Amino acid sequence: MGVAAVEIDHVSKHFRLYNDRHSSLKERLIHPGRSTYSDLTALDDIDFSVGAGETVGVMGRNGSGKSTLLKCVCGVLQPTSGQVIVRGSLAGLLELGAGFQIELSGRDNIYLNGSMLGLSKKEVDRAFESIVEFSELGQFIDTQVKFYSSGMYVRLGFAIAVNVDPDVLVIDEVLAVGDEQFQAKCLERIRTFQEEGRTILFVSHNADQIRAICDRAVVLDRGRLLADATPGEAVRAFREHLGEIPEGDELAAPNRQLRASKRVEILGIDVVGGARLHTGDPLQLRVGLLADAPITAGLVLEIHKLNGELLVRTDPDARGATIEVPEGECVVTVDAGKFSVLDGAYQVNVGMVGPHGDVIYDWKECAASLEVTYEGRASGMVAMAPIVEVEARP
Amino acid sequence: MRRRLRELWRTRELLVHLTRSDIKVKYKNSGLGLLWSMVAPLMQLAIFWLVFGFILKNGYPDFVIFLFAGLIAWNFFSGSLMTSTGIIVERAGIVKKVAFPREILPLSIVGAQIFYFAMQAIAFVLILLVLQSAPDWSLIWLLVPASAALLVLAAGFSVLLSAINVKLRDTHHLIEVVLQLWFWLTPIVYPYEKIAPHLHIKGWNFSWLYLANPMTPIVLTFQRVFYPHVTVQSTNPPHPTVAMLPSWPASTYALLDVVILTVGAALVVLSVHVFGKLEGNFAEEL
Repeated sequence: MGVAAVEIDHVSKHFRLYNDRHSSLKERLIHPGRSTYSDLTALDDIDFSVGAGETVGVMGRNGSGKSTLLKCVCGVLQPTSGQVIVRGSLAGLLELGAGFQIELSGRDNIYLNGSMLGLSKKEVDRAFESIVEFSELGQFIDTQVKFYSSGMYVRLGFAIAVNVDPDVLVIDEVLAVGDEQFQAKCLERIRTFQEEGRTILFVSHNADQIRAICDRAVVLDRGRLLADATPGEAVRAFREHLGEIPEGDELAAPNRQLRASKRVEILGIDVVGGARLHTGDPLQLRVGLLADAPITAGLVLEIHKLNGELLVRTDPDARGATIEVPEGECVVTVDAGKFSVLDGAYQVNVGMVGPHGDVIYDWKECAASLEVTYEGRASGMVAMAPIVEVEARP
Repeated sequence: MRRRLRELWRTRELLVHLTRSDIKVKYKNSGLGLLWSMVAPLMQLAIFWLVFGFILKNGYPDFVIFLFAGLIAWNFFSGSLMTSTGIIVERAGIVKKVAFPREILPLSIVGAQIFYFAMQAIAFVLILLVLQSAPDWSLIWLLVPASAALLVLAAGFSVLLSAINVKLRDTHHLIEVVLQLWFWLTPIVYPYEKIAPHLHIKGWNFSWLYLANPMTPIVLTFQRVFYPHVTVQSTNPPHPTVAMLPSWPASTYALLDVVILTVGAALVVLSVHVFGKLEGNFAEEL
């Protein structure tokens, strides 16, 4: 790792939330020093550093201070106390296409935005072709940006940002844009960045993405640093302490009662017949549960590769996926059928959720691991036994 | 302070880009496009000429030249202040999301005004050609200190006001009224010599107070260079001699301009300092 590229040194940030801001002269005169406000601690003594070439994920619920932290790193906000030291050039992607002049063409905006991110005209000239190519805008590059679809807009924004060639790239939840193909392209680009030894600080709600991209992750909760660990550990901390809903969309359901009470506890999980399997073997899991009272609950199963790539997540909403858990201890057997996955090591997460997937009773990250061996010669992820036949044409 | 100025210098290319996009955006989708930056001031000129020269018959020969010489300087100043005061609030989107020296925003407005100034200068030259009136070539060098003073003064005020407006949003409304008053306090549509004699009150000379308006010496310099006469014969019968401009030697004009240039430079330093103090809170206040 060597020297830290980004040092976040005991950073705190307090906001004043004015009940009704007196920002006009008259109101200032009428209410001298009387504007009522409450203090909000958005960041509370955050202290960690990102080594050069490291990719660190930042996780946390809405309002946990992720964006504030990133703004402090980018220099858009000044911390109330503590300091942020950035070594090398920094490009902040707090919002894609921030600073676009919608009246101007895509071409003009590339130059404008590029210079805003610290590029000289020559550097933009050099990167121009690859920006246009990456954004897939083609002939629309000379169209006014106001006529762009939102997808085109963010694609252009991302294309400019990744062509800036910064030492440190700060990304705030901007990878959730564009179609899947473009997302894959963005991730590809981020991988290239990593290979080139650049430093990335990366905010995401998406645990899969964090596991897939990051070397390390930090979890923020109401402005405090909850965990600073490997991605798997951090995701576990995030889910176990904060009760993330597997579907992950907290915005859509702000009233969901997260982790209301631990009415069902997962005691443990066993792989029947041991963790070493051959491709195509039946996979059976036994989950030990403890319930305070009889309850109807759903069981969610996730299997992912060690690099975080998700193979499957079962749907707790599916018909028949709910089970009646009796009071006291019990064992649930999950018959997953044939496990037709090629060789590799896999991790199993298991969670108990409410009957509609709206409450998390308990969640265990990496509750079991699987090691699969495959004797055949096929490559890829999934086993398949194709039957090939020849049929002559008359 | 030094660091801030160095940072500003480093991002000068962004300043150029923002200035260019300001100009482009302003006239995008309009039929006349950039010509508006010439047409609008010419219309303003025509109105003043109509009211004061034609209807009120002030009797000054070549009044159009006198007017335009002052207006061209004034428009640069008021255009800069009027637009840049609200610019930080207006561009909240990027101020909250992108880190760059924010002084660039008001400065880009001043940059755009330089362009409009140039457009008006072209129109002015055309008018001078049509009226076959030559500037006072022996004094033309006075435009250098006067323009420099104008630029520095406008930049200083623009940076300062744009920062203050984030905290006190009244500034934006207030500045419109203040600029109107300021316009009439500056000898643009009336000659300086119309006011100056009345400033000797009970043996005291208050004309320094009049000249304390930094725009007055700048406007006077522009008028002195382009309006060919210090005193004129009124076109109204019985054609009395009217004093238009102070009969100072060139050195006095230059000295006044240099004083304002110095004051303006101090204002820029102060503005950048104040801006730096307030800047930290911009993203929160917006």
